[in-house]
Amino acid sequence: MNKKDFPIFNEKIYGNPLIFLDSAASAQKPDVVLNAMEKIARTYYANVHRGAYYLSEMSTIAYEDARKTVAHFIGAREKDIIFVRGATEGLNLIAQTYGRTLKEGDEVLLTEAEHHSNLVPWQLLASEKGIIVKFAEVTEEGTLNIDDFKSKLSDKTKLVGITHISNVLGTLFPIKEVTRLAHEAGALVLIDGCQGIVHEKVDVSEIGCDFYAASGHKLYGPTGIGFLYAKAELMNTLQPWQGGGDMVKTVTFEKSTFAETPARFEAGTPAIIEAIGFAEALRYLEKADIEEIEKHEEKIMNALKDGLWSIKGVKPLGDMSLKKSLVSFNIEGLHPQDVAMLLDKQGVAVRVGHHCAEPVTEKYGVSSSIRASIGLYNDLEDIAAFIKALEKSKAILV
Amino acid sequence: MTIEEIIENFSYLDDWEDKYRYLIELGEGLSPFPDALKVDANKVDGCMSQVWLSFSKEGNVYHFMADSDALIVKGLIAIILAAYSGKTIQEIQHVNIEEIFKKLGLDMNLSPTRRNGFFAMVEKIKSITL
Repeated sequence: MNKKDFPIFNEKIYGNPLIFLDSAASAQKPDVVLNAMEKIARTYYANVHRGAYYLSEMSTIAYEDARKTVAHFIGAREKDIIFVRGATEGLNLIAQTYGRTLKEGDEVLLTEAEHHSNLVPWQLLASEKGIIVKFAEVTEEGTLNIDDFKSKLSDKTKLVGITHISNVLGTLFPIKEVTRLAHEAGALVLIDGCQGIVHEKVDVSEIGCDFYAASGHKLYGPTGIGFLYAKAELMNTLQPWQGGGDMVKTVTFEKSTFAETPARFEAGTPAIIEAIGFAEALRYLEKADIEEIEKHEEKIMNALKDGLWSIKGVKPLGDMSLKKSLVSFNIEGLHPQDVAMLLDKQGVAVRVGHHCAEPVTEKYGVSSSIRASIGLYNDLEDIAAFIKALEKSKAILV
Repeated sequence: MTIEEIIENFSYLDDWEDKYRYLIELGEGLSPFPDALKVDANKVDGCMSQVWLSFSKEGNVYHFMADSDALIVKGLIAIILAAYSGKTIQEIQHVNIEEIFKKLGLDMNLSPTRRNGFFAMVEKIKSITL
């Protein structure tokens, strides 16, 4: 993989080369993405779906092409792709549309590893509609306890929400098996694909899920754009959640009729430039070949795990060997924030805290941890520099 | 130690490692913060580490006590206390903490985006003495 494609790596951090290990929070952007966004802004930008003129026509074509690119990337139909601000908005959209069809006593089954964005929207809905939110256990190793999941799944379960890869544990969750089991029980399946789609080929028709949400900025695209995969047949039966321009068919003072999905759920002017940048990021990934990226990342992860094991006192959250894209850990006797602040002075960017998934972090008996997550641009030199910087930080602190 | 002394000591330290070692030393020198005061009301919100702050008033003079579970944050706290504690409201209002941290070469730590509980502490001191 080529670091040279990403201009940020020309920057120096306190005089050091940038060792970026926080891609799970947000990934860096390649030149092609930045150029595509600049190109539309400079040469053919206008609002979409509205103007009867050349620029608007051009922007609309590019925006709808972006939808095609997303659909192709995950094996879906264009009409099943709703552009959203990011995965968080996609997950909230389902809670506020499909979720609103649920009745008192209906159950939503989540996992303990969910990010706040696939947990809080359901709590908000629960307090309002009287639905019950349950949590399937995560094992000591950091994967789903499938037996516990099965025991909590019943004909009362109307929706199962599950992360594809946990943003704290870095482990793959069995989304295919969970989808099959949930469908057998008559529940729909919502997957938080934020981390998963970055590190593994996603084909929604193969997974069989009903909804899949992801963010552009974690996929080397811009912020402010993401997608929600949701089957048009279902979405066209649901009430829109936001009203505005572009989502209506007819409007009178008395009532409105609504456009079909995806327009139905894209009220107002969308993130046009960002959608086009996002599509460019996906083309970049396809060109780099997802399977090649996976192979490369496996090599980097192995080096990261070996390096961490070489440091005395490292305690990962969950089983280190199962981690696919990131490792959250603590070093015995040291505060994670101290370590991260000293890493920062050496040009190393990592995340510290509960990673917006407080319940699962606490499950492992800690209130915070250091998280090192990789992206396609990381190389073996990054890992070596990180481990060296970690040793140095440790030496300063003890 | 006064804030002027801290600034002077810092000026002798060239590389970041020595600065951070000294910062940790400053933190270790803080007077102990009683466990009984580690209650929610004294907690300063921060995403990454825990910070506690309490104060007492003697006439017009404010005395601050603070603690953190992170060593570097504790060092930063020592600087804050040297700047604010044992001073009157009038003196406190004249403290330019941004300037002090700039002189120490630690101004990045004052950024609100850091959310390390430490920035929130400065805000809390300001709100107490408003």
